[in-house]
Amino acid sequence: MSTKTISQEIEKQELDSDQQRFAELDKIIAANKGQAGVLINVLHKAQQLYGYLPREVQLRIAEKLEVPFSKVYSVVSFYSLFSTELQGEKTIEVCTGTACYVKGAADVVSKLESELGIAAGDTTEDGLFTLKTTRCVGVCSLAPVILVEDDVHGDIEIDKTAELLDKYK
Amino acid sequence: MQEQEEIYSLEDQKRIALRNCGLIDPEEIRDYIARDGYKALAKTVRRSSPPEIIAEVKSSGLRGRGGGGFPTGVKWELTREAVGREKYVICNADEGDPGAFMDRSLLEGDPHSIVEGLTIAAYAVGAQQGYVYVRAEYPLAVRRLEKAITDAKELGLIGKNIFRSNFSFDLEVRVGAGAFVCGEETALLNSVQGDRGDPRGKPPFPATEGLWGQPTVINNVETLANIPQIILKGGDWYSQLGTADSTGTKVFALAGDVCNTGLVEVPMGTTLKEIIFDLGGGIPDNKGFKAAQTGGPSGGCLPEEHLDIPMEYDTLIEVGSMMGSGGLIVMDEETCMVDVARFYLEFTQDEACGKCTPGRVGTKRLLETLNKIVEGRGEVEDIEKLKALSRDIKKTALCGLGQSAPNPILSTLQYFEEEYKAHVIDKDCPAGVCEELV
Amino acid sequence: MVNIRIDGLDIEVEVGITVLEAAQKLNIDIPTLCYLEELNEVGACRVCVVEIEGEANLQPACMYEVREGLEVRTNTPQVIRARKEVIELHLSDHPFDCLTCAANQNCELQSLAKQHGIRELKYEGDRNQFYIDDLSPALVREPSKCIRCRRCISVCSDIQEVHIYDVIERGFDTVAAPAYNESLMDTPCITCGQCIMVCPTGALHEQDNKAEVWEALADESKHVVIQTAPAIRVTIGEMFGMEIGSLVTGKLVAALKRVGFDKVFDDCFGADVVVLEEGQELMERLESGRDLPQFTSCCPGWVKFCETFYPSMLDNLSSCKSPQQVFGALVKTYYAEQEGIDPKNIFSVSTMPCVAKKYEAQRPEMNDSGQRDVDAVLTTRELGEMIKEIGLDIKNLPDEEYDQPMGQATGAGVIFGSTGGVMEASLRTVYEKLTGERLEKLELKEIRSDGFKEAEIDLKDGRTIKAAVARGTGKARQLMDKVVSGEADYDFVEVMACPAGGCVGGGGQPIYSGRDKWNRMYEDRLQRSEGLFKADREKECRVAHENPDVKKLYAEFLEEPHSEKSQQLLHTSYQDRQMYTHEEQYAEERKS
Repeated sequence: MSTKTISQEIEKQELDSDQQRFAELDKIIAANKGQAGVLINVLHKAQQLYGYLPREVQLRIAEKLEVPFSKVYSVVSFYSLFSTELQGEKTIEVCTGTACYVKGAADVVSKLESELGIAAGDTTEDGLFTLKTTRCVGVCSLAPVILVEDDVHGDIEIDKTAELLDKYK
Repeated sequence: MQEQEEIYSLEDQKRIALRNCGLIDPEEIRDYIARDGYKALAKTVRRSSPPEIIAEVKSSGLRGRGGGGFPTGVKWELTREAVGREKYVICNADEGDPGAFMDRSLLEGDPHSIVEGLTIAAYAVGAQQGYVYVRAEYPLAVRRLEKAITDAKELGLIGKNIFRSNFSFDLEVRVGAGAFVCGEETALLNSVQGDRGDPRGKPPFPATEGLWGQPTVINNVETLANIPQIILKGGDWYSQLGTADSTGTKVFALAGDVCNTGLVEVPMGTTLKEIIFDLGGGIPDNKGFKAAQTGGPSGGCLPEEHLDIPMEYDTLIEVGSMMGSGGLIVMDEETCMVDVARFYLEFTQDEACGKCTPGRVGTKRLLETLNKIVEGRGEVEDIEKLKALSRDIKKTALCGLGQSAPNPILSTLQYFEEEYKAHVIDKDCPAGVCEELV
Repeated sequence: MVNIRIDGLDIEVEVGITVLEAAQKLNIDIPTLCYLEELNEVGACRVCVVEIEGEANLQPACMYEVREGLEVRTNTPQVIRARKEVIELHLSDHPFDCLTCAANQNCELQSLAKQHGIRELKYEGDRNQFYIDDLSPALVREPSKCIRCRRCISVCSDIQEVHIYDVIERGFDTVAAPAYNESLMDTPCITCGQCIMVCPTGALHEQDNKAEVWEALADESKHVVIQTAPAIRVTIGEMFGMEIGSLVTGKLVAALKRVGFDKVFDDCFGADVVVLEEGQELMERLESGRDLPQFTSCCPGWVKFCETFYPSMLDNLSSCKSPQQVFGALVKTYYAEQEGIDPKNIFSVSTMPCVAKKYEAQRPEMNDSGQRDVDAVLTTRELGEMIKEIGLDIKNLPDEEYDQPMGQATGAGVIFGSTGGVMEASLRTVYEKLTGERLEKLELKEIRSDGFKEAEIDLKDGRTIKAAVARGTGKARQLMDKVVSGEADYDFVEVMACPAGGCVGGGGQPIYSGRDKWNRMYEDRLQRSEGLFKADREKECRVAHENPDVKKLYAEFLEEPHSEKSQQLLHTSYQDRQMYTHEEQYAEERKS
């Protein structure tokens, strides 16, 4: 195959998977349409499907669910768990609840920031990790706590974070 | 998660809400049934009228465990009496106070007790539809709750014609999406409706105009977990526990600078000292006690002089804090109280919904002033400014979150004003926490 | 009725009213900011807080309902201090460019600050910084001046049902804006400007085109003409403190001549031409039975609404341009030819009660004269400011006459400025052409449940014309849904985008401050419309096809309605407008 046809092929595959996901999204919307108060549910499911909520997905939800786009975005921008930007493959969340704060969560955040070379809220260049801070995850007895891909790691020691991250690389 | 380890099995606890946690397989409905599960529901539906159930709950003296402390039976009665096309019951499982995790433990460890409690509430007020609003940060709780609902439906414990009566009840889980303010009941209503979690003004209260404008009961997880036992053993039995105004038991989440962290369920009125030093084993590393923070971001910090106060609703308010949902963070002598206030304000400011001016701008100005102080740029007038603005925000904010946002400042000013003065006058952080002042 | 006590005064009031309304009955004016009577009652700003006996905290008077035995205090030191604190917090997140602000001296926040004697800024600290969205040819948004009252959201969503705005983000970053705080240009905004009318500050205002008009007036090589919309003559006086709805046609003409326009024309002449063109179209449709109902197309807000939300109905929109654009096309062709002026040197201005007209003049296809048909559009407000700028007070001016050959208009053209007026003006001509008789007063019947009006005109040959009138796009939506579903079988439908009486309540009209301004717009419209109908009655000639100047125009230039020339100059086409840009479409393009 020539270079040109290869790139065309890739584009076509991309389009096909876009369309598949749209079809999937439409199914989610159809299953919820007509019921009261389902917007947040639909947004959750769409975020599971896409990993985040791109503008285009919000537009489609607005259109098919017959909710104004302004309202969809209003809701998306209100809730901190909805993301409008592509997230890393794995999410590291540092709990910043009171117990963790008292036990040095701020130091954990700065350590991870320097280790990953990004600020909290950002994604590493290779797209592997997104570093976030999170509200109390309710395992205060293990403070300070971090979550990697929903795995809970408690009693974090600052000098062992690198070791921990290696397990997820 | 580690429910087994983090809940004490100490004998001086009195476990009602937590009675099954750690002892049963939460995913096995028969385990729950074997420990008198759904018996209270059967008794309710088969043998009691709604007013009788309400009377029982009223006689128990049970008050809302989510923070407000409103008498549960009265809430049910108001909702029952309110006129509406339909009525709803909602379990508020949006446990957002940092440092509080009793609801998560209950949802994960004994989900059926919540399903049963909420179904009894529905019967009492005349609702056919209920929701459990769980924060998204608790995925395991969501899964277990959903399984519990499915299993209960399969056995006909919820659904159509429960126990072959005329009473039908359906229950759905609604998952939050990361907004602390949704724990405020009117914000929660909007969120269940799929909208932004902006609070509504009160009055009207949810009991008369709640979900979709209809009469609605909103009860906290721990409140509901007490209901089946109250129905089975009677309101009088429950009211004999605890103190006159705060009956029953309360679960506290003990965390921070304390030897034994975890959940404790003790009779209301147990002193702060007993909880921290007897159950909690005191402060680690032989350090001194400085303060106990109760009530989360809406509560306050209590100094050593108040270690002997009984933990009950009204006493806590009298000393400038509140029960809240039962979070209890112990702080040792190396804690800077100005920094603690700043931490809480950063939290409430970040979690403010943005609807009312005091909540949106006022909390921001409070935080900015605190930042100024911990960064060594504070002036003496800033302390008075904090007091005045705090007072005005408390009086004018739209919702409970906004009204209580200044509490961490007011309580630390009440008990630790000297520490603020050290920051602004001597440019010194006595605890050695604020980097710019060390 | 319930008995309550406010500041020690006892009063009996109706059940269901708020403390704010009850206090008003006692002449106690509790200050408000976000509140807008009947439109926006959200209790967000907290300026109106009062003490209520038995409540631990202060309560917003605008939301708190009275009940028997209620005791309220509105004047205690605590209330006064809290109110002031709330205003100071508002000011602490507001840019201080009052001197150069569009709302200077007509700003509800500014008035509150003055009323409460605020002389210094109490708080330093972060202020929200947002970009100014001035990409729309009609509206400018300055979100930094937004006080989060949500009135724009209420009017756009609840009344107009266009849903451009909502509250976005949360906490300190919260602001009322389109999704993603995108430019209005990227939204289906119909540019009706009703949000401007309700905004308490300068966060929303029109694009200011005064400078370019002044520049053209100063340019000696330019021949500057202006056309005045029907509704201007009943509202420009208000800019100078005259009574609402004062009819000041002659003074308006005098003022414009003094401002320096070379010719002052009456846009109602354009409206008369529209009646003939649109009437002809209606008769053709009635004959063929195709593409009925015919929708009027003189309101650019409505046209954009239809293009965006009902693209399947575009064939039903009259192809005739609006009076402004008809007039504009004629100025640079017919008038230029008559006067022997090179159209390139004509600068054509219009003054309109409307901001959507600014957008309409900029539509790319509006250049059939070979130039921009209309070069600049001024709202009533901008025009008033220009007249004031040269030190004139319209009250003191003499009456002068419009210039020829496009200054004479009939009563039909004048009533275009009021809801139902376009319909009536057109039917006067159509009825006469079809029956040979004069149409007496057109009776429009209010259809209560729907909120729009209907009329049935008997053509006395067994046929009738079923007509409907809607004002406000929210109402238009209800009407359109009935038309689309086939439930309604109208022949002729007039829609005006502005809910308070059509153009008399347009988005370019004088803005009054105050919590009752929304309701007032509805009250004012009656007086303003009455002004227009009075002008109609005073006209000797009240049917468009008898306008001698219009007859002359057809005889000398256009030949007849729907002639090739009129089709080319006075008619236009519409397009299906997507609501928001889709990346999906971009992908489709990439594929093909």
